[in-house]
Order: sequence, then C-alpha cells, then structure tokens
Amino acid sequence: MPMLGADMEAGTLVEWKVAPGDQVTRGQIVAEVDTEKGAIEVEIFEDGTVERLLVSPGSKVPVGTVLATIRGTGEPVGAAPAPAPAPVPAAAAAAAPAPAEAHRLRVSPLARRRALDLGVDVSRLTGTGGGGAVTVADVEAAAGKPAAPPATAAPSMRRAIAAAMSRAKREIPHYYLATDIDASRVVSWLTARNAQVPVTERMLVAAPLLKAVALALRDAPALNGLFVEGEYRPGTSVHLGVAISLRQDGLVAPAIHDADRLSVPDLMQALGDLIARVRKGGLRSSELADATATVTSLGDQGVGTVYGVIFPPQVAMIGLGRIVERAWAAGGQVTARPVLTATLSADHRVSDGLVGARFLTTLDRLLQQPEAL
Amino acid sequence: MTPDEIRSKVVACLMDVAPEADPATLQAGRPLRDQLDLDSYDYLSFLVRLHEVLGVDIPEADYGKVATIDALVDYLTPSLPG
Repeated sequence: MPMLGADMEAGTLVEWKVAPGDQVTRGQIVAEVDTEKGAIEVEIFEDGTVERLLVSPGSKVPVGTVLATIRGTGEPVGAAPAPAPAPVPAAAAAAAPAPAEAHRLRVSPLARRRALDLGVDVSRLTGTGGGGAVTVADVEAAAGKPAAPPATAAPSMRRAIAAAMSRAKREIPHYYLATDIDASRVVSWLTARNAQVPVTERMLVAAPLLKAVALALRDAPALNGLFVEGEYRPGTSVHLGVAISLRQDGLVAPAIHDADRLSVPDLMQALGDLIARVRKGGLRSSELADATATVTSLGDQGVGTVYGVIFPPQVAMIGLGRIVERAWAAGGQVTARPVLTATLSADHRVSDGLVGARFLTTLDRLLQQPEAL
Repeated sequence: MTPDEIRSKVVACLMDVAPEADPATLQAGRPLRDQLDLDSYDYLSFLVRLHEVLGVDIPEADYGKVATIDALVDYLTPSLPG
C-alpha cells in the first residue's frame, strides 16, 4: 500500500486491474485504492509478472503492506519476497468484495467516500448523475439514509488535511513574501490567442501562470524539493503540485510532472486532465507522491492575495490571487492595469528571504514575456 | 431549434459538468457560476460541452452575455434556427 500523502496511514483496496500471471510494465496501473484523497490508481514500479495478489478488494490495510508479489523479468518462480502479514480486517464500512467491473464505473470521489462511510457497494448502484455517474444521493438512497446536505468533505479527508496542515505549522518555519505583478501582457497575449482558436483549444490564464512558476522554480533549487528525515533533497525535476478543490469541500494537490518542460497548451491540457480526474476519480499514485512544490490559487473566489500553508515534505507554496484591474504607477503615469498578487510561503530551514525574493522577481520577469513561455 | 429544446440541451450540458447538481432546483435567472459553484475550468468545460452538443462556439468576449440559463437561451436562439 503506497504512501499517497504525508499523513496517510491506511488505504482500502477497491479493485485489482491485473490478475496473477499478467505481464506488467513500470508505470502500468495495477490497482485502485480508496484513501482520504478519494480513489487513486496505483502504478507499478517495475517490470515483471504478477505472481500473487495478497490483498482482496474491500480490505483496508496499513501503508507499507505488500499488496502483491511481482516476479521480475528473468527471476525464477518463487523468488518473490515473502507475503506480508495478513491484512487488517476492514472496518465495518468496507463492503463485500466488489465484482469485477466490466467497465469503469463513474463515481464522484465524494460519493465513493460516502459509500465507504455508509457501507454501500457502489459497484451495485445505478448512477443517476451525468454519464451514469453515481452521486452522493444515489449512495444515500441505497443506504436508506435521508439525503443529508452534501456540504462537507468526508471526515477522513478533513482529518487528512488537518494532519498535514498541523504538521506543516508545527515543523516548518514559514516565511512569507508577496509581490504585485503587472499582468497586462499575459492577459492580452491570452485574450488574443483565445480569440483565434475554437473553444476546445481555449486556455485559462492558469496555464501561462503555472508555466512561469515552473520555470522560476527550476531556477530556484532551494524552493523545489523535499525536506525528508532532517535534510533537504532538491528535486531533480519540477513536478508542480496544483491545489484543486473538490466542488463540495476538501482539496487535493496532485502534481503535473515536468511542468517546466511542457508547452503552455500542453500544460493546459494536463491541468484539465488532472482537474477532471480529481473530480471523477482516477488520480495516479505518482501524481500524489511526486510534487516538488505546490501552487494554490483562490482567484476564482475573488481573493486578491493568498498565503498558502506548505504541504510537507515540500518546502514552498506559491499563491496566486485573482487578476484585477488596479491603478498602476509606471514611468511617472498612473494607468489602470490587470494586476496579479503572487505570494511565496517558503521553509526557512532551507532557504532565506533573498532566495524567495529572487524567485518572485524571476516570476515577474517571465510573465512580462508570455510569448516566450 | 425551439428555445425549450435549447434550454433542455443547455441543462443537460450543465449536468455533465456538475453531475451532483439537481436540475429541479436550478434557477434560470441566477448566474450559473455562483449557483453551481463552477470555477473557471468548469465553466470552460461547460462551453466545450455546448460546442459538442449544439455546435456553437461562444467567443470569450461574449462570456458576460451568457451568465445565466435564460441569457444563454436568448443568446443561442437566433443562431440555431429550425
């Protein structure tokens, strides 16, 4: 059971995507597990053949439990490591093993968590949501519960966020910086581009902003990496975490891998893909474990400035506010321009304010040449 | 296409983007983004869905004219004859 977040302790195996005897290759999705962060697709880290599946669907097991044994290419039969101890029995909530699904069931992460809380087997439900998606209301109807207001995240996700954020505030000496950036160039570049392409290729301003953040992080190794076991390990790539809210409540911050090397349209596509999978399920284990720094943006909610709490073991959180038209003085003249307030929360164990200030200056400089991003 | 047909397709597209919403409680005169808590990505997804279903491409400059279901139906009706 992989660790899919700083404070994850256990996960429930939902479904195997492979069977004993199957050939698997590194990166292939082999199982789906349910965690505080919703349903996650687990990738395999080596090539080989599935020898035994040790945990059955519906079982909740601690992080580190061996889920299956893989025989590496060329290894003799039986050379795989000994099976882990018997899995901890699932809580009463875990339903009987789900039958193999003929097709991918669409279940919102919230509905899936509600189903676990209520002991409902979602694979037996017929969804009434868009595309046949199983909704919270379907789950509650199946459980014979009155439809409660679906206002809050499942307690498990709230607990996971509480644990990670408490740890951040307990262990990480944050320092905070902010800068106002003239966003007129990036806004007009985007508007002009979006006017020339069909709606299917239109981009959100988030795409060039994330690209600029990723490039600026590449130049700031003391902000892009992980603080693990008392020492800082700079990242070798920029895997940019993006805080994405679940529509009702709660959030996850999966990573866009190698964000600094994606073109802006590719980054937009990666972001869209990630948001869709956050909302519908299907995040991959590597996306939850790999982020080297994270961006949070509350601009959609009209917030001008956001100072984030660093997501451990990362060492920096970049906050992007809403782009608003403000009075801007330049060259002895005051004009109205779209302005973005960018902030940095960084770990003082690893970097000092000067490094952070350079980072924000680089971000500003990059955003003045959006066509070069 | 009649305004009622357009309205039902608009609502269907919305449900694709916000499957947990209840069509019975949607208010046709209230801004969609507030009502359904759509962020800018959800809204773009909704416009892409409208494009797939109705073949319309609403330019970014017109976003302000299509904030509610009523406004969308009024906006789309002239461009979807028959």
